[in-house]
Amino acid sequence: MKTNNNVVTNVLLSGVGGQGTILASNILTEVFLGAGYDVKKSEVHGMAQRGGDVTTHFRFGKKVYSPLIKYGDVDFLVSFEELEALRYINWVKDDGKVIINEQQVLPPAVNLGLAVYPPNVEETFKKFFKENVHVIKGQDIALKLGDVRAANVVLVGAFSNFFKFKEETWIEALTALLPKKIHELNIAAFKEGRKAL
Amino acid sequence: MKVATAYPGTPSSEILQEMTQYKEVYAEWSPNEKVAVEVAAGAAVAGARAMASMKHVGLNVASDPFMTLAYTGIKGGLVIIVCDDPFVHSSQNEQDSRNWARFAKVPMFEPGDAQECHDFVKLAFDVSEKFDTPVLIRGETRVCHADSPVVLGERKESAVPLGLDPKTAPKYVMVPANVRVRRPIVEQRMKKLEAFADKFKGNKMEIHDRNIGVITSGAAYMYTKDVFPNYSYLKLGMVWPLPKKMLADFFKKVKKVIIVEELDPFLETEIKALGYKIWHGKDLVPTMFELTPEIVEKSLKGKTYKAPKVRVKPEDLPRRPPNMCPGCSHRALFYSLKKLGAYVFGDIGCYTLGVAPPLQALHSCVCMGASIGEAFGAGKALGQEGLGKVCAVIGDSTFLHGGVPPLMDTVYNKGYSTTIICDNRITGMTGLQEHPGTGYTAAGEPANMVNYPDLARALGIKNVRTVDPYNVAETMEVIREELNRDEASVIVTENGPCMLHRREKRKFQYPYYQIDVETCRGCKACLEIGCPAISWQEVSEADSMTKDGKKRKGVVSINRSVCPGCGLCHQICKFEAIVPGQA
Repeated sequence: MKTNNNVVTNVLLSGVGGQGTILASNILTEVFLGAGYDVKKSEVHGMAQRGGDVTTHFRFGKKVYSPLIKYGDVDFLVSFEELEALRYINWVKDDGKVIINEQQVLPPAVNLGLAVYPPNVEETFKKFFKENVHVIKGQDIALKLGDVRAANVVLVGAFSNFFKFKEETWIEALTALLPKKIHELNIAAFKEGRKAL
Repeated sequence: MKVATAYPGTPSSEILQEMTQYKEVYAEWSPNEKVAVEVAAGAAVAGARAMASMKHVGLNVASDPFMTLAYTGIKGGLVIIVCDDPFVHSSQNEQDSRNWARFAKVPMFEPGDAQECHDFVKLAFDVSEKFDTPVLIRGETRVCHADSPVVLGERKESAVPLGLDPKTAPKYVMVPANVRVRRPIVEQRMKKLEAFADKFKGNKMEIHDRNIGVITSGAAYMYTKDVFPNYSYLKLGMVWPLPKKMLADFFKKVKKVIIVEELDPFLETEIKALGYKIWHGKDLVPTMFELTPEIVEKSLKGKTYKAPKVRVKPEDLPRRPPNMCPGCSHRALFYSLKKLGAYVFGDIGCYTLGVAPPLQALHSCVCMGASIGEAFGAGKALGQEGLGKVCAVIGDSTFLHGGVPPLMDTVYNKGYSTTIICDNRITGMTGLQEHPGTGYTAAGEPANMVNYPDLARALGIKNVRTVDPYNVAETMEVIREELNRDEASVIVTENGPCMLHRREKRKFQYPYYQIDVETCRGCKACLEIGCPAISWQEVSEADSMTKDGKKRKGVVSINRSVCPGCGLCHQICKFEAIVPGQA
């Protein structure tokens, strides 16, 4: 049998609706498409537009077939919320890398006192992935820059360290996607994120 | 293409939304899928290329014109895009639309990624005009909601001239004598399409390992190819009719054949009927819910499949079920209905979430517009026993889609059920699309706006009321009066636009509400509305008394950044512990 030499890298972005996972995945698309990779991206969300969990499957390689990542094959888990990171912990390869935004958005059952928000998410990840776990204070960094909504771009900045592209390549991608009046904020958020990992 | 029509529905809504940016194409949101297909058909009969898009259940609604258009044929190309929802991410059933192609005797294409969507639509118009037939294109969630690079082509105008020719009229006039002329043409056309299928560019054979060959299509091909890159493949871009010569060739070239398809054993049944023996198909691959790379691998490998290790049991984690937005007017309405103990026949839209705990206020939800007919029917069955209880709850867009005929029936045949139109000024659930009641077209131009009370009165409803759903006491009183009336009634909610609506916003009196922690008794009454902004925590012994000396186990808090200040919880609190916040 021939071996499969088509290496595809799998990035799973997870979060809660409204956290900006889709913009983050669009930045990745710009960068990797621009670099000549085949890219497939698939958004997975439930019925409601707000409050539900949202994941984006982002895959790049020489040739990508499936828009969905195979369970257990995630190379990079980029999570915008701690519980939503934990929900996908089994998806990550043993040597996969994990970036978690330090934020907890309480789900309804926790709000109603019917369930407990899982404690020690960071420790749980470190038990399995050791030094490959990176917790980023996305909210704090974005807030310091003036707008908590830029936390998603902080995470993209942190994630960018895993690839050889120049800083300008990422900044070009994000400025191409965002309205001009928030360029300055998001460039700063990206740079801070890049330093944070 | 000149004309594009659609009614929104997941996962098809984005198609028409994107079409509105092409100024050379007339693009409309139609009131329902049947109208969408009829408008597109009219344009096609007049010689233009036209397209109607919808979700899988939309074609049920449009099936009446669709089934007969297969007989009349077209003039300009007519393409109907129907998008399936395996796993029922956002639908009321999981039907497999490929069955429509066989049923109606029309060709169906099935793209597997964005580039194929682009290419197949173009080919579909050519095939439509060449064979004088509507062409179906089947989408599904993982094709519709996936992005991948597309190389665009040049826009080419159709060679078909515009205009209606009286000489060709009998072809389009489906009276029995003309139908009998068209009927054999339909069968002859299928034979020609079968021959064409063998030459169709979208049907591809990839021969690698000759021991195992997979026959598949669409997203299922993408998953299987990913997991088993070395197998041989026959990827069908056209799933109806099947390419018979190509199939014969493939069965000669490979030893054992597996069929991997999502939902029904459609290909399997047809291929077996041609006399072929397959190695595996639906004996291994599930017939329900969507496929994924993992499911394909697990199904085909069986016992040799190695599952990734489980580090945390996902079932132990709290879920994030879909919920109405904070401040949503439907929440207030359903709270009132629950308190009244009404028998609520629900409909398709965000308000279907009224079924979820803690509101749990729905008794039925079937399809677009069904609430009104069902409520009327239930009233007929229950008689006096149901009086004071039976109502239908339907959104504005859904009411215009399929609610008018059953409302007419309710008043005509002397029903007593109450119809509540919860008007949030937009098609909410599918992502804010315009409809005939919003006053704007798909392109954003001002347009006629349906007036619901006037429409109800025109149908003959004498009791037409409007309510402010955020005023719980008033809303409950009006609903109670109308439920108890032995005549058909209509209640329209006013000033409750969708919280995500950009053009229309409800102005609440206060920017948010907050808890007076000293007063809150922790009675949990405000938790009954399931508002995402409200949470409950236990208190320590030191905090177990209110300021007026009442014992309590916990207190509630309101997340200021989430609370829009709708005031529903404020009205529910009996202890005045929920108070307005200041900006």
